[in-house]
Amino acid sequence: MEGAAVSPGASVQRAAAPLIALRGVTKIYGRGEAEVRALAGVDLEVRDGEFVAVMGASGSGKSTCMNVLGCLDAPTGGEHLFRGVEVGRLSQDQRALLRRHYLGFVFQGFNLLARTTALENVELPLLYRGVSARERRRRALEALAQVGLEGRATHAPSELSGGQQQRVAIARAIVTDPAVLLADEPTGNLDSARTAELMRLIATLNRERRITIVMVTHDPTVAAWASRLITFRDGLILSDVRQEPAR
Amino acid sequence: MSPSMLWNTLLMSLREIRRNTLRSVLTTLGVIIGVAAVIAMVHLGEGATRRITNDISSLGRNLLFVFPGAGRRTATVVSAPPFDIADARAIAEEVSGVAGAAPSAGGAGLAVFGNKNWRTGITGTTNDYFRVREWGLAGGRLFLESEELAGSAVCVLGATPRRELFGTADPLGATLRVGAISCEVVGMLEEKGRSTFGDDQDDFIAVPIAMFHRRIAGNQDVGVIFVSAVSPEATTEAQRGIDALLRQRRRIVDGADSDFLVRDTKEITELASTATGVLTALLGAIASVSLLVGGIGIMNIMLVSVTERTREIGIRLAIGARAREVLLQFLVEATVLSTLGGLVGIALGLGGSYLAAKPLGLPFVLVPEIVVVAFVFSAAVGVGFGFFPARKAARLNPIDALRYE
Repeated sequence: MEGAAVSPGASVQRAAAPLIALRGVTKIYGRGEAEVRALAGVDLEVRDGEFVAVMGASGSGKSTCMNVLGCLDAPTGGEHLFRGVEVGRLSQDQRALLRRHYLGFVFQGFNLLARTTALENVELPLLYRGVSARERRRRALEALAQVGLEGRATHAPSELSGGQQQRVAIARAIVTDPAVLLADEPTGNLDSARTAELMRLIATLNRERRITIVMVTHDPTVAAWASRLITFRDGLILSDVRQEPAR
Repeated sequence: MSPSMLWNTLLMSLREIRRNTLRSVLTTLGVIIGVAAVIAMVHLGEGATRRITNDISSLGRNLLFVFPGAGRRTATVVSAPPFDIADARAIAEEVSGVAGAAPSAGGAGLAVFGNKNWRTGITGTTNDYFRVREWGLAGGRLFLESEELAGSAVCVLGATPRRELFGTADPLGATLRVGAISCEVVGMLEEKGRSTFGDDQDDFIAVPIAMFHRRIAGNQDVGVIFVSAVSPEATTEAQRGIDALLRQRRRIVDGADSDFLVRDTKEITELASTATGVLTALLGAIASVSLLVGGIGIMNIMLVSVTERTREIGIRLAIGARAREVLLQFLVEATVLSTLGGLVGIALGLGGSYLAAKPLGLPFVLVPEIVVVAFVFSAAVGVGFGFFPARKAARLNPIDALRYE
């Protein structure tokens, strides 16, 4: 790791095995003439409790890398280990279970279920975990409180502002206590005031609940909140630096 | 798949259906109409069968008819010699299980009273006829024994000729011209109404059979013998006894076919029930085609719904739903839709046939079997036609689904 600065999250060094490891991961779309190498052999380790920002121009491979990290996509070559388990060898259903139990997702477009209340949206991942109705409700309300939306449980997404919708999405991602929160341009649709609010929330989750965060962004001020900044170019990691996170 | 997951999926699909009430109703309209049609057809058919059965038993209880004619096995109509009065008397006296036997000879003729005339049936018979057919008098009397023996010119009017010739006037004691004979009206019969087959049972004038033979027919033939058995159980015994007796009287050698038929109302009931049963099944089959069309409607809308909800499916897959859980969700949704449609259809079909039964003059009879069958079938339609769209949803790639605009 080049230019590594000492991170205040010293716990990063404590964990013995990395939470996520990519070793020589390639991802190739199409064949022959039309072949596109989205990932050209990526090596990456993410440890428990890290807050990683991923930057890069569009087409640099960062989104593909996020899909692989999110176990939504299997690499063409190389190894993807999650807690020492080779994800590439898992079946679709096993990957779904891995997402269900360890991962939380936040998207640029919020991706909440329309005409469904905030509470029901947040309960959704618990539904697939087979949590009882009462427990679902309790935990969803708790998660909504954590993102500062106590009074909005019965509102549909269309009745909420963009910032509020994204906070519902975060509540949905953290309600299961995931090991990793994967955020794909979470502030892409928000103005600067809402962006700062949201980043404060994400940083708090990282610091206080020790949720590992991997976040793709275009915005350097957003990336500044992370403790580690990875830059992609042409399907490879261009730079990987530790940094003092903004407050 | 845990039961709680199934329950949650069910709740989820109900919520989805409620969210889109109008579309859900339109989607299930096909199933609603199909099920309602099947239910209504079968119930009206059952009502018709019941009415026919009632009508036939109104001919008279434990009634047997004896006709001259070919047996069942020969397809061609063989002209068989008619019976005579002695045959009827022998049946009444010699066959065990027989309560009474009435010979009947019939023709048609013009009845004239004053300036009115009416073409009607003329039946020569005995007082036993009214007893065997359980046909009461509306006024006057039956034939006197002396009139029967002498073949007097007296008659008992059926309700129809009475109405046509006399209107509301009292016909008793009036002199009527029947064909070429003048006869005195001594009695009038109660109204029986139309028979199952639509003919007017009241449209005849009864005269003593001796009079009919001598002055109208000019022969001694008896066309039909009406026999009543002492009890429903006795009909079989009576039937066998009549058969044996008549074979002997008509000198039919052993092994040869009888040249007469003994039928009881039970057989006729069965025959009629079979006919209406076939008709009901046919109508039900036609109605079930609309159920099929309803299923295709559900499939259509579910396919649209899967496309429309691609993003939702992507979200569900991303947060950890397995393909089979997405499949189950859409399958349950289709099944709930069609089952609800089935329930509404059952209610409409039952309500409709209940309301329609009265003006059609049919009794309403609930057929629980067909209600259960319709319910199960409508659920099966949902499973069958929901599977293809559900599989389409389950096979979506989460990344593409999330990116779908």
